[in-house]
Amino acid sequence: MSIIVLFLAVIAAIIGWWLSQQRLAAKPWLEEGTLSHFPGTGALTLPPAQIGLGVFLAVVGSLFALLISAYSVRMGLVDGKPLPAPKILWVNTGVLVLSSAALQWAHIAAKRGEMGVVRAGLFAGAAFALAFLVGQFLAWRELSADGYYLAANSASSFFYLITGFHGLHLAGGIVALGRTTGRAWSGNRTADVRLGVGLCTFYWHFLLVLWLVLFAVLTRGAEDFLAICRSLAA
Amino acid sequence: MVDVVRGAAGLVPPAEVEEVELYHPKSWLTKYVFCQDAKVIAIQYSLTAISIGLVALVLSWLMRLQLAFPGYFAFIQADNYYQFITMHGMIMVIYLLTALFLGGFGNYLIPLMVGARDMVFPYVNMLSYWIYLLAVLVLVTSFFVPGGPTGAGWTLYPPQAILSGTPGRDWGIIVMLISLILFIIGFTMGGLNYVVTVLQGRTRGMTLMRLPLTVWGIFTATVMALLAFPALFVGAVMMLFDRLLGTSFFMPNLVELGQHLQYNGGSPILWQHLFWFFGHPEVYIVALPAFGIVSDLISTHARKNIFGYRMMVWAIVGIGALSFVVWAHHMYVSGMNPYFGFFFATTTLIIAVPTALKVYNWVLTLWRGNIHLTVPMLFALAFIVTFVNGGLTGLFLGNVVVDVPLSGTMFVVAHFHMVMGVAPILVIFGAIYHWYPKITGRMLDDTLGKLHFWVTFLGAYAIFFPMHYLGLQGVPRRYYELGQTAFVPPSAATLNVFITVAALIVGAAQMVFLYNLIRSLTHGKEAGGNPWNATTLEWQTLHTPPTHGNFGRELPVVYRWPYDYSVPGADRDFVPQNQPTITRSV
Repeated sequence: MSIIVLFLAVIAAIIGWWLSQQRLAAKPWLEEGTLSHFPGTGALTLPPAQIGLGVFLAVVGSLFALLISAYSVRMGLVDGKPLPAPKILWVNTGVLVLSSAALQWAHIAAKRGEMGVVRAGLFAGAAFALAFLVGQFLAWRELSADGYYLAANSASSFFYLITGFHGLHLAGGIVALGRTTGRAWSGNRTADVRLGVGLCTFYWHFLLVLWLVLFAVLTRGAEDFLAICRSLAA
Repeated sequence: MVDVVRGAAGLVPPAEVEEVELYHPKSWLTKYVFCQDAKVIAIQYSLTAISIGLVALVLSWLMRLQLAFPGYFAFIQADNYYQFITMHGMIMVIYLLTALFLGGFGNYLIPLMVGARDMVFPYVNMLSYWIYLLAVLVLVTSFFVPGGPTGAGWTLYPPQAILSGTPGRDWGIIVMLISLILFIIGFTMGGLNYVVTVLQGRTRGMTLMRLPLTVWGIFTATVMALLAFPALFVGAVMMLFDRLLGTSFFMPNLVELGQHLQYNGGSPILWQHLFWFFGHPEVYIVALPAFGIVSDLISTHARKNIFGYRMMVWAIVGIGALSFVVWAHHMYVSGMNPYFGFFFATTTLIIAVPTALKVYNWVLTLWRGNIHLTVPMLFALAFIVTFVNGGLTGLFLGNVVVDVPLSGTMFVVAHFHMVMGVAPILVIFGAIYHWYPKITGRMLDDTLGKLHFWVTFLGAYAIFFPMHYLGLQGVPRRYYELGQTAFVPPSAATLNVFITVAALIVGAAQMVFLYNLIRSLTHGKEAGGNPWNATTLEWQTLHTPPTHGNFGRELPVVYRWPYDYSVPGADRDFVPQNQPTITRSV
């Protein structure tokens, strides 16, 4: 469980940093204002949707930190050993990187006001994301053909569970991306889609980084790190 | 929307964050049913939560009847008893308390108290309620599926939760897990709203340190819930996999009736970690809004500023952070490493420090206050007493050596009912009596309210004080029937009858409350806009009940903190938050 505690420590640090900017040591009972004199609220100037997405990603992060924690606890037991990673996962990783890059391209174009590039970027991003999901499905097929079906052993159960969760989050993102793409196709002003494209891009980068972490954890790459975490907890 | 208004003294500077465009309902259906107004959503949340809470109340009666008169009621078999326990616990903790504090009071009070027109994502907010309703309906269906609801206890510990022999193993547990998953999805939608509204929706002049403590409590609790509920989500999905798809996340090798089950090598302790990683913050998710609300009630009805506002805020944040590192104190009896237990006992005792600080501050707020013993105030005072009682037994149970022998007894039942059952519910009652005039425009009946209060307050003590004693005598919890033991005296049975009678009376008193709620809608005394002479923004609205958009054409501007009661030199004994200081020539 030390991974979720670590994750929450990071979140706590962010919250602590934010709170430290909020004059929490002020003495509000001494600070009356006269008409039209009042302090700023200290609210961020970002659009609410962006902050909403940030908070949501903290929730998603907590979810996956817990999954990894559970995986790490389980793998620490006597019979825990990770799966042999199917080669196609490397291809999928590349596809997801491309998807993220395409959205970044659209994001930059939206800032510059080039609607054609925005459309192309969004379309490519969505296509690569779908290709990633298909690739993940093929990886599942390959694993189950090799005898690593869902209930075969604990590592494969976790593999399906965690990649499934990740895939569902990406699928949800594709729905949102589809709506943004629809708006990009019907409108001509990049200002209307800039926020939506920005949010999708941010979410995509988050899921990409998350996937890299999961990939490392679920195959052998992160064993040493997990071992350290387990020794911390023990 | 242009946000520059010309006041008496000239230009009022614009808000840092623009006002949001309001969604306007177009038909009866979108105004009262599929409504995006946070106030309507709040009422929907509250009514749903109270309705399902009544189911839990009836279940507790049935349990008590069985404990007092074992074997007397043919329809309460051992299986039913376990089902009643499970559903009672789950409904009260999650579907009533969490939903009512955050979905109900959070939705109603956050936008009004921070001076916003509505939540920042009204559509998602509406969706949140409908998913919550769906979760409740799914939960209710578990009473009607073959085999009935699950009887695994509200903690749903595997492996027994999904093994044959546990009631509701076939359907009940599946329905329960799906309902929990839905609840968490719905809550996350609402929670995002509460957090972002507090961050971004505050009106001009409303700094964080001018927020009423109610908002601080609900805000911190929501942040905690957003981070803690995923643990239950993950656990519920994994258990659903174990039950339906034959995985072995939580299921060890098992032999049942001489047969090896398909399960292999899972870890039941893993579930306990996940469950309590959610479960302990959950205690404070319920407690922090109660802390916040009670601070406002006490300050308002004692006509005195809250003592140590900054400390109260810091304590809320500190409790929120600490509550994530105490979860394993629920697992002292799981056979953990003793050093582990030592660590968690230490953190558990440390969390008593900010909590005690809050209690001192409430008491010091009352000190030399102009105390009005209104019904909300009575409930607030009762909360302080009850919370101290429950908290003190928490100090006992936080120590490993005391917890181990007591953990399986009624002492634990008494402890957590006092601290997270009775105490928050007293606050809920107090809050309803306090804000009902704002929500409906009419006062609740005072005589009925006092009757309700005294029966509930004294009755709750008649129920739970003796339970501590039963626990110390060694009466085990979770037992359907006590039977003969070498150590429990026969008088324990008499005490059980007494507790049951008290429980029936307290339950009946809640009908008085419901009657009061309904009757006062039409027959209550007209309340006016600010019947308690309170300072916070929700009492300063143009209309009571507040209309869609809350504040009319202009949002209020905040000039002071929310606790300016009995300010020396002021012409009234309260100064609303949106009243500027009159500059006098000195």
